[in-house]
Amino acid sequence: MTYDRDHVVLSVRDLSVTYKAERGLVQAVSHASFDLHAGETLALIGESGCGKTTLNLALIRQLPKTASTFGDGIFYTYRDGRQINVLELNDRDMRRFLWSECAMVFQGALNSLNPVIRVRDVVFETARAHGMKREEAYKRALKLLEQVRLDAERVMRSYPHELSGGMRQRVLLALSLILRPQVVIMDEPTTAVDILTQRSILDVLKQLRDELNFSVIFISHDLAVAAEIADTVATMYAGEIVERGPVNEVFYRSRHAYTLNLLNAAPRLSVGVERLESIAGKPPDLIEPPTGCKFHERCSFATAVCAQVQPPLVEYEGGHLAACHETGRVLIEARETRLVSAP
Amino acid sequence: MTPIIELRHVNRSFIKDKQVIPVLQDVNLSIEENEIICLVGESGCGKTTTGKIIVGLLDPSQGEMLIDGQPIANHDKQAQKRIRRQFQIVHQDPFASLNPAHTIGDILSFPLRRHKMVTGTGSLRRRIWELLTMVDLTPPGDIVNKYPHQLSGGQRQRVSIARALTVQPRLVVADEAVSMVDVSIRISLLKMLHRLREELGLTIIFITHDLALAKYFAWEGRIAVMYLGRIVEMGRTPDVIANPAHPYTRALLAAVPEADPDLTRSKHVLQLRSDEIPRLTAIPPGCAFHPRCPFYVPGLCDVDVPALGAAPGFVQQASCWPLQKGLPLVPAGLTPEMTADARP
Repeated sequence: MTYDRDHVVLSVRDLSVTYKAERGLVQAVSHASFDLHAGETLALIGESGCGKTTLNLALIRQLPKTASTFGDGIFYTYRDGRQINVLELNDRDMRRFLWSECAMVFQGALNSLNPVIRVRDVVFETARAHGMKREEAYKRALKLLEQVRLDAERVMRSYPHELSGGMRQRVLLALSLILRPQVVIMDEPTTAVDILTQRSILDVLKQLRDELNFSVIFISHDLAVAAEIADTVATMYAGEIVERGPVNEVFYRSRHAYTLNLLNAAPRLSVGVERLESIAGKPPDLIEPPTGCKFHERCSFATAVCAQVQPPLVEYEGGHLAACHETGRVLIEARETRLVSAP
Repeated sequence: MTPIIELRHVNRSFIKDKQVIPVLQDVNLSIEENEIICLVGESGCGKTTTGKIIVGLLDPSQGEMLIDGQPIANHDKQAQKRIRRQFQIVHQDPFASLNPAHTIGDILSFPLRRHKMVTGTGSLRRRIWELLTMVDLTPPGDIVNKYPHQLSGGQRQRVSIARALTVQPRLVVADEAVSMVDVSIRISLLKMLHRLREELGLTIIFITHDLALAKYFAWEGRIAVMYLGRIVEMGRTPDVIANPAHPYTRALLAAVPEADPDLTRSKHVLQLRSDEIPRLTAIPPGCAFHPRCPFYVPGLCDVDVPALGAAPGFVQQASCWPLQKGLPLVPAGLTPEMTADARP
C-alpha cells in the first residue's frame, strides 16, 4: 500500500477516444485524466462497455483503425527522468516503448500465447526484437518464472497447451516483466479462472510488485479483486472516469452514486445477511449519450439538476475526486452502509 | 416428507480416447420440495454433471435417482415424460441458448404448444404475456416480437428462465445462470428467482463457482461443496460459510477476495501443499484432496475414501478423516502445540 507519491510515471491528460460506427461516433472514452505513480496499482472498475479496455488500449496505442484518439497527451517519464508524449511517438519508437517501458497482460492467456511456439522461444524473440542478449533474457526469464512459483526449466521447454490456465497466466505475467517495464497493464487477468488459481495469480502479482516495484493498471469488473490489490481505484461509467481516489476512500466513503450502487450490488462472502440492490436500467447509448450526468437515468439519488447539468470532477479531501451533484447524500449513505462491515 | 429428488450412490463416467473418466463418484444428495441448494466448486468438480443428471439430460452410470421416492423406471413411458418435464434447466450462456432466428414469442410458444400447455391462440398469447410478466420483462408487448440479439444479456437470461417455466416445472436447475451478466444486474436476477420460488413453490438447484453469490442466494438453503466428482461438504449455508469444516472448503473461502478492502486484506490464506488439481483420470487414492491438503495425515488420508458424514464440532457434514475422528487439524510438519491458535 505504499508507493512513491512524488514520482509520476504515467500522466494521462484529457484523453478521449471515439469509434466510427454506422449510426455515428461512439464516444467510448471522454476526457479521462489521471496520474500513475511509481509502484502504484490503479484499478479501473465498471460494467462491461464502460470504456475500461478502450482507455487502456489507447494508452498503448493498440486501438483498431476505426478508433480516433484525442487529448492533451499521455506523458511517460523514463527512469532517467526524460519525458515523452506517447501520442507523439513514431511507429518504431512505439514498438520499443511497448514491453520495455509498458507491458500488457490480457484476459484469456491461451489467446495471448502462440500455440506452436515454446515459452523459451517467446523469450528469445522478445530479446531479439528489443536488442537484449539471448543469455541475459533467458536468465532473467528463468528467475521471473521461479518468482511466479513455476518449475522454470520445465515451463521454458513447454508449449502453451502443456500448461494449465493458471500457469499460462503466470507465464504471461513473468514474460511481461523480462524487459523491466515500469508499467504493466492487466486486463481482467483473473476473470474466468478458478478461485484457487485466482488466489495464486493475485499472490504472485502482489509479491512481484513488492520485489520489482512496477506500476500496474488493473482492469476488472470484479470489485473484490480491486479491493484486494489496488492502491487507487477509478470508477468508469459511460466512458468517463466518474470517481477516483485511494481504495479505502472509494470503497468506504464513496462519493459517486454509481460507485456506491455498484458496491451495493456486490455480495461479500464474510458479511452475513446483506441487503443488496441491482442497478436498474442499462448503460446509455454512447452515440447519443444522455444530457447532464450520464448516470442520472439509473441513479437512485438523481434530482432535476442531474438531468441537465453535467457534474464537474471535483477534488475532495484525501485525494478523492468525484463528478456527482449528490455527492453529499451519497457519502452519508456510503458511511452508513459500507463502514459497518469492518471485521 | 419424501424428497422431491434423491441421488443414491450416483456415479457418472465419460469415455474419451478409450480412457474412462470418472466425473461423478458416489454422489448422495436428497433435496426437499421448495428447497434452495447451491452446488459450488471449481471447474471439473462435477457440479454441472450433477445438474444434468437431475434434469435427465444425462443418466447415471451407476447408482439410482429417485423422484418422489420412486425410481423413474417404475413409471410407464407416458408418465416418465410427464415427470421429466417437471425438472428444467437454465444454462449459463443466454447468447448460445436462445435461437437467434426466432422471436421471443416463438421461443416461448414452442414448448407451450409442444407440451399442450395451452389450447387455442388466445390462451397461448395470455400465457406468454403472463410468463414475460413473471420474469419482469414488461410490458410484454415490447418484448414478444423482438429477437434475442435485440435484448441485453440480463433480459435474455430472463427469457431463458421464462422458457423453463413454460412447462410449469417443480424444480429448476440454474447452471451458472447469472455468471455471464454484469455484476450490476445479477442481484435482480437472483431476487427474481427467489420470488419465483416463493410464488410457484419451485425447488431451485443453483450451480455456481462464485461463493459470495452462493452465500447470498442460498442463505436460507444449503450448500454442497464438490471436489473432483464428490461432495466433500454439505450443510446449511450459514454453517458452511461461517464455520467451514473440510480443508478444501476452508481453502476456498480463505482464497476468495471480498469487495471490502480491510476485510479482504485481513484474510488469512490457507496455503495448500500443491497448486495442481489432479487429473480426473488419476484421482489420488483415499481422500482426493490429500496431496494438496495442508492438514494431511499420512496413513490415514491416503488409504480409504472418506464418506460424507458427521464431524465433531460441526453441524454440517464433511468427508474428512481427521475431522470425523475428532483429530485437530494440524498443518503437516508442525506439532499441535505450535498451532494452538490455528485450530477451528
